[in-house]
Amino acid sequence: MKSETVHTPKVIVRDLNFFYGNYRALKDINLDIAEKMVTAFIGPSGCGKSTLLRTFNRMYQLYPKQKATGQIMLDGSNVLDPKQDLNMLRAKIGMVFQKPTPFPMSIYDNIAFGVKLYERLSRNEMDERVEWALKKAALWGEVSNKLKQSGTSLSGGQQQRLCIARAIAVKPQVLLLDEPTSALDPISTAHIEKLIDELKKDFTIVIVTHNMQQAARISDFTAYMYLGDLIEFGDTSTVFTNPKRKETEDYITGRFG
Amino acid sequence: MPPDYTKKLQSITMKSTLLHQARLKQQIWLDMLFRGLTRTSAFGVLVLLVAIIVSLVIGSMPAINAFGFGFLTSTEWNPVTDEFGALVPIVGTLVTSAIALLIGIPVSFGIAIFLTELSPRVLRRPLGIAIELLAGIPSIIYGMWGLFVFAPLFADHFEPWINDHIGTLPMLGPFFSGPPMGIGVLTAGIILAIMIIPFIASVMRDVFEVVPPMLKESAYGVGATTWEVVMKIVLPYTRIGVVGGIMLGLGRALGETMAVTFVIGNAHELSKSLLMPGNSISSALANEFTEAVGDLYTSALIELGLILFFITFVVLSLARLMLYKLGKGEGQTT
Repeated sequence: MKSETVHTPKVIVRDLNFFYGNYRALKDINLDIAEKMVTAFIGPSGCGKSTLLRTFNRMYQLYPKQKATGQIMLDGSNVLDPKQDLNMLRAKIGMVFQKPTPFPMSIYDNIAFGVKLYERLSRNEMDERVEWALKKAALWGEVSNKLKQSGTSLSGGQQQRLCIARAIAVKPQVLLLDEPTSALDPISTAHIEKLIDELKKDFTIVIVTHNMQQAARISDFTAYMYLGDLIEFGDTSTVFTNPKRKETEDYITGRFG
Repeated sequence: MPPDYTKKLQSITMKSTLLHQARLKQQIWLDMLFRGLTRTSAFGVLVLLVAIIVSLVIGSMPAINAFGFGFLTSTEWNPVTDEFGALVPIVGTLVTSAIALLIGIPVSFGIAIFLTELSPRVLRRPLGIAIELLAGIPSIIYGMWGLFVFAPLFADHFEPWINDHIGTLPMLGPFFSGPPMGIGVLTAGIILAIMIIPFIASVMRDVFEVVPPMLKESAYGVGATTWEVVMKIVLPYTRIGVVGGIMLGLGRALGETMAVTFVIGNAHELSKSLLMPGNSISSALANEFTEAVGDLYTSALIELGLILFFITFVVLSLARLMLYKLGKGEGQTT
């Protein structure tokens, strides 16, 4: 894969296995996530793409009986190392979910919540940070005059951009998007896709999507997964136009999945 | 198509239309009946409520005429001279309920957090069932247990300690010194706390459980600890349910009769000390109704009931107000 030699890898996954109890959901995954690029995970339901994403910030650890083995290297340290400080790790790796999840507080506090966990900012600095995050998430224009209003009062698409703003407010290095547009209408989806294109200037983005057209539109690299295996991984145009594996071709052309 | 066949078809269609119309008529009638029934039930509650208030007011008129507002501030309670004042039982009801909430809320909160966030899965069901069983114990049993088991233990082991350690403090002292009798306002408050904990805890657990996992994950996702997630996300998200659970407990504490009667001491004396016996509205009613002779005595007791009704109403209104204020803190919704 030529492209990997050109781009510096931000996250390096080696021999990653994941278990729900005894069930092995990921099988020896090896891949490199390129810095400041968009990497998409595609595949049918249950293939393990969300599971893979959730190993990056160890979200699975909230639940008993889920465990991962192998290595996920970020900045030279292993994410899966038990000694890893989880809260600091999650400051470096932001996450956005399938459905908008605004916290039950004002728009302003939604953004400030994460920042306050790590930084002591003056009122002014915090105002600036909130504005910065909302501008980055292309939401500032719509909410600048109602920052005191509840985050839940926004529309679905706005809520999801609020969640993106919240995730980037702590200035993470990697942004994990778990099917971020699956609950949104086409116009909101277009907003978010445009936003992702903007965000990759500053962040390394990993996105899980059910929508192959979306992966083709917005990602630089695509990983096709099936039943816990990484079937094919390469730059998006190659995977979509000239897949090496028959399984990938079947899935992409809609013959299966 | 032969003509007789067409005729037959026509008659069949007509029959079926008629049948359909009849059924429709019946359905409309049934709908109206059902609507009427539900409406009657709903308004029945309202009528009942008004009837109770009116009868309480009528019943307490003699006492209201005789004592006026002085009834609320007088500590006198003398059936022989027909002088009655409600301050002692009012204070007793409020203080025992306050103690119960002061102990009950933090403990219930801890139980609910443990059961929903921290407990291993195997422990959740047995602990949850134990709490529900605790809620189902009749109050008379709490009263007996309080009088025969808890009060002697409390008198022998805790009250001397309270006297020696808290009773000597400058500001708090007077509230916590007195003879170690085991029964009194503090004991009643503690028994009430034990009684309302299962209510508050199970409501809190139920509402904590409905917080979407994805919302909690989002908070964990920006690096929040369990404590931060619970305090800043779970609690605000479930505040209506949590306040509702607390109100349920408070409602029980305010109105609880048997358990309190057993351990509060039933003395019509106002004392600073929580270790001294006192009285509550409901236990005064339970104890004295049978021996109330004379219209004024009965009327004074009914007025006590009216006051309890009023206190409960005020408490519920305050809870509504609090929810409203909390909602404002979150930011207005448009």
